[in-house]
Amino acid sequence: MDEWACPLPLRDYPTVVLGHGGGGQLSAELVEHLFRPALGGDDPPPLTDSTVLTLPGTRIACSTDSFVVKPLVFPGGSIGTLAVHGTVNDLAMSGATPLYLTAGFILEEGLPMATLARIVSDMGRAAREAGVRIVTGDTKVVERGKGDGVYINTAGIGVVAANVDIAPRRAQVGDVVLLSGTIGDHGMAIMSLREGLEFDTTIQSDSAALHTMVAALLAAAPDVHVMRDPTRGGVASSLNEIAQDAQVGIQIHEERVPVRQEVRSACELLGLDPLFVANEGKMLAIVPAAQADAALAAMRAHRLGGNAAIIGEVVADHPGMLVERTTIGARRVITMQIGEQLPRIC
Amino acid sequence: MKYLTEFRDGAIAQKLAAEIRQMTTRHWAIMEVCGGQTHSIMRNGIDQLLPSEIELIHGPGCPVCVTPLEMIDKALAIAALPNVIFCSFGDMLRVPGSDRDLFRVKSEGGDVRVVYSPLDAVQLAVQHPTKQVVFFGIGFETTAPANAMAVHLAKKQGLTNFSMLVSHVLVPPAIDAIMRSPTNRVQAFLAAGHVNSVMGFWQYPPLASQHRVPIVITGFEPLDVLEGIRRCVRQLEAGEHEVENAYERVVTFDGNRAAQALLEEVFAESDRAWRGIGVIPRSGWKLSDAYADYDAENRFDVSDIHTHESPECRSGEVLQGAIKPTDCPAFGKQCTPRTPFGATMVSSEGACAAYFNYGRVVQLERVRVRVHA
Repeated sequence: MDEWACPLPLRDYPTVVLGHGGGGQLSAELVEHLFRPALGGDDPPPLTDSTVLTLPGTRIACSTDSFVVKPLVFPGGSIGTLAVHGTVNDLAMSGATPLYLTAGFILEEGLPMATLARIVSDMGRAAREAGVRIVTGDTKVVERGKGDGVYINTAGIGVVAANVDIAPRRAQVGDVVLLSGTIGDHGMAIMSLREGLEFDTTIQSDSAALHTMVAALLAAAPDVHVMRDPTRGGVASSLNEIAQDAQVGIQIHEERVPVRQEVRSACELLGLDPLFVANEGKMLAIVPAAQADAALAAMRAHRLGGNAAIIGEVVADHPGMLVERTTIGARRVITMQIGEQLPRIC
Repeated sequence: MKYLTEFRDGAIAQKLAAEIRQMTTRHWAIMEVCGGQTHSIMRNGIDQLLPSEIELIHGPGCPVCVTPLEMIDKALAIAALPNVIFCSFGDMLRVPGSDRDLFRVKSEGGDVRVVYSPLDAVQLAVQHPTKQVVFFGIGFETTAPANAMAVHLAKKQGLTNFSMLVSHVLVPPAIDAIMRSPTNRVQAFLAAGHVNSVMGFWQYPPLASQHRVPIVITGFEPLDVLEGIRRCVRQLEAGEHEVENAYERVVTFDGNRAAQALLEEVFAESDRAWRGIGVIPRSGWKLSDAYADYDAENRFDVSDIHTHESPECRSGEVLQGAIKPTDCPAFGKQCTPRTPFGATMVSSEGACAAYFNYGRVVQLERVRVRVHA
């Protein structure tokens, strides 16, 4: 609530009402008094329905993503931070420097205004920290019961340097697979807050913008072939997709994949595999073997990459498939999940 | 926490596997009763460390797989009713009934919720007094105490809007039935440690003695399973048939007496149909007369259920160890985890789903894995 520039008009409405999406006075007040101060940054643009942007580069990357997470606020972040980090990271994974975001809100009638204020405050802070500007947006309100409080869509635009060519098809036999840190933190943080599930320790989401680590990585290892942030579907899905796109085999080593003990314990309890659990602040990179050490050092030197590790390699065997060497020295194929992972009965 | 790493040590695993290879002189068929063990074997690749003479047969111990189709259809019918909150463990949602699954019912408007404990369902009943809350109580002796406690608490609190659809199955009668089958090939059992942590293993010596079959109680970590196999092979090679406890850190002879007393109060033994296998006498639990009011089958009219099992699905024979999943003509073709005919292809603990992945490894390594003698 502290973030509101002029809270008085909104205090009349402690919850979102349908009129906040109607395009009238209430809509204007919401934008003027809540969104604009939170999202606008130091030099707020007019927040009109569209904006003319000056792009310093010639190669442009664009991306869009929608965020529907429950609960809306969780240890380590909120749907607001995710909405910024998610799109920033999508841009960063193609080697782009993210510059501008758009923000589309679908609000549910009855959402406490204080919750919305917290979310957009988080969102504005995340954008400022990431050095991106939220330049235009849209708000709709749906009837009570027709949404989960807030849905946010963000689109992003970034620029890509001339010499950068990052794509899954570039994965080659002999490349190594790097992972920037522990996996499963975000997914288990969310799950630990879902109804009826309580752990002794609080698992924090790893939600973070990765583009500065990407910049450091590209400076240290200019010939990075593939980058991917393993969000929904986890590391297993990302590596499967890369293996299939490039028609190469990927082999990882179970004991090299970093997993926090509390995440591993929670996964064991529920019968989930951390390899399939979502992350929001981790990246995979596939780089030529000759640049692997430099890439690893660059990741580890970054504040988000302290636990970075080389977890595997691209191989000529089993093209299109991801295979793991287990701790006891056997092999298992890791396939894509059909849908969400479901907790086992016992 | 150290239990997770201590029992996954690669060097000790290799040593155990070497011991097994050294002592094996002929083909032996060992059944791991529990789906959790199957999952561990496939997840860690334990079978790849064993000599080709050792055949691991996947038993009927996947609770999702053996829940009869009729019970799934009853669950689907109840979950589709208005004013019902239907609660289930996650992995039941994808199991196909005669014409749909719980995910489909949910997408069509049914209030189907995944819970992590039956006590959560009781809590939902407290929170929603105008709704009927139903919990799908399936599983072996492992999950039964928590389910019994849920019904016990609901009665104690006088809740009139909570009930349970009960389809519990018991391990010892299944072992007995498998050994009595004329087509049985099983020569030793890895018993399911979680079941024995509740029930102890005082019921097992008569089974081992009568059927002259070694039974070794094991846990679920790679070293637990390998040690269990080692002990089975040692007994088989020596011509012994004892009950051994290789899971002493969890299992005692008596088991959890308090849990057993609760089970005795809330449940009563009953004949029970196993999906793909048929009725095994006295192999299940239903709610006892004192708790009959909490039986969802009594509360909702689901007696007129007509099931339709895929004629192409041979999961029953798989569950009995009579065929391996890859012997089924539909395996990996019409029947995949995406388009499952039977529950064994759905559950992560199901033998067909495990083989679906495993078969791909075999194919890519171009090695022949010996499954039959």
